[in-house]
Amino acid sequence: MTELQTTDAPLAGEEIPGALVVSEPVARRQARRQARRRASLASILIPPLLFGAFIIGIWYVISYLVIAPRRRFLLRPPHDVLQEGFLKWESLSELLDALWASSKVALIGLAISIVLGMLMAVIMSQAKLLERAMFPYLVILQAIPILAVVPLIAFWFKTGINARIIVCVLISLFPIIVNTLFGLQSADRGMHDLFTLQHVSRWTRLSKLMFPAAMPAIFAGLRISAGLSVIGAIVGDFFFARGEIGIGQVLRKYANNLDGEQLIAAVIVSSLLGVTVFLFFGWLQQRIVGRWYADSGAP
Amino acid sequence: MRETATTLLPTAKNEGITFDAIGMTYPDGTNAIDEASFSVGAGEFVTVVGPSGCGKSTLLRIASGLLEPSSGTVDIDRNHLGYVFQDPTLLPWRTVRQNVELLAELRGLPRAERSELAGVAIEMVGLGGFEQHYPKSLSGGMKMRCSLARTLTLRPPVFLFDEPFGAVDEITREHLNDQTQQIFQREGFAGLFITHSISEAVYMSTRVLVMSARPGRLVAEFEVPFGYPRVQDLRFEPKFAELSGEISRELRGNS
Repeated sequence: MTELQTTDAPLAGEEIPGALVVSEPVARRQARRQARRRASLASILIPPLLFGAFIIGIWYVISYLVIAPRRRFLLRPPHDVLQEGFLKWESLSELLDALWASSKVALIGLAISIVLGMLMAVIMSQAKLLERAMFPYLVILQAIPILAVVPLIAFWFKTGINARIIVCVLISLFPIIVNTLFGLQSADRGMHDLFTLQHVSRWTRLSKLMFPAAMPAIFAGLRISAGLSVIGAIVGDFFFARGEIGIGQVLRKYANNLDGEQLIAAVIVSSLLGVTVFLFFGWLQQRIVGRWYADSGAP
Repeated sequence: MRETATTLLPTAKNEGITFDAIGMTYPDGTNAIDEASFSVGAGEFVTVVGPSGCGKSTLLRIASGLLEPSSGTVDIDRNHLGYVFQDPTLLPWRTVRQNVELLAELRGLPRAERSELAGVAIEMVGLGGFEQHYPKSLSGGMKMRCSLARTLTLRPPVFLFDEPFGAVDEITREHLNDQTQQIFQREGFAGLFITHSISEAVYMSTRVLVMSARPGRLVAEFEVPFGYPRVQDLRFEPKFAELSGEISRELRGNS
């Protein structure tokens, strides 16, 4: 392996990014980089792990010291939750089935929101009049408490998977529209002038300027909506209380039966679903727009 | 007002810009430009200096067709127009090479042709080796050179510069001045340059126009007697200082 070299002589007075003068052997440099990566991984993982241990400690303290033994069913200690909620195949399989049903609803709802939301944002960005006409109603849609709409949806669409998906779409549509619209309008005037001078078509301006410029904002919207669609799937299932059993119905059943361990296990599983979707879009965002922007490699 | 995309290589080299009694009054009543008439021919590098907000940049926006003047006409071929903005206006999601290729791409040139044009332009501004970098990793001066290269791919016979080097440091600015000067010599375009640096104006131009503050009015014209290529030491010649002094007095007298 040879040393890295920059052959292009830079102009004096300008710094050259990425052109580090490296004199160490490659092997030692790699070893150091690995050590640094290990150190940074440790610094990322250790604080939250410690804090997690602290929370579990508090949990034990509450279960054993704060709550009287005969009322311990209110908060079982962590190992009971693990034992009853996750390690018993019977309850775990019930939980996983429910998780699958709710994930399906959440993902389909999210997909519809993404397509519909982006489409609406693009249309609104192309016609100012439409934006002005539609925006107040979107704000109203956003302001309606989802709990108020759920009975209405059950009334109109029964309680099958379609009704659940509609709840998801209603709750997750707004952030996608608003963020996409904001993103589409974020390209600055100079960039628009550049395109105007080449007499480009509307479509070219949209696809080569406005849409790429909107990507960071679109991802911000996606992450919010992903979390909301999971909430929508669970809330819908909880209130419909029939049809394919999802996390919502499982939560309701455990609460009614005073199954404390399983109830907590179900809460953990449902939050894991939200976290997974959130992390997935974060990862996708880093993959796609990370290398354009300065904050990607920041320490 | 869509015009058909034409070839990048100018057919006629003897084109320029002629402003005829251009006036600009904004809807709010601000009188930005008052009766400006002048022309820039091929092989001429004309710089307009003036205090901030005197309407210098407005002249370029009018010349390029981005802005309609309130009165007067501009004679210019807008199909072959280079326009370097005050900001580099690079697209952050494109690499240096992709940014330089942008204008040719928007004009629908085949991939091979725009790649060749971009390669030449990148070499001309000395950005070779940085083709795959994203704008975020470039310095201010390099971004500006990338922007310059992007415009160069059009091989424009008319080149508008809107205070392009205002935001970079002194040393980088001098380098960019030299580079622009070399390109001017090689390409022989009609250049219209806007700046508020008198030294930059005298160093680059064949002619310097002085514009007064609002309403912007052309109040003086100076021929610059130095030949090309010019070198940085020229800035310390007595004749250079004398001419700069005259322009400076003219500017102060009207601001």
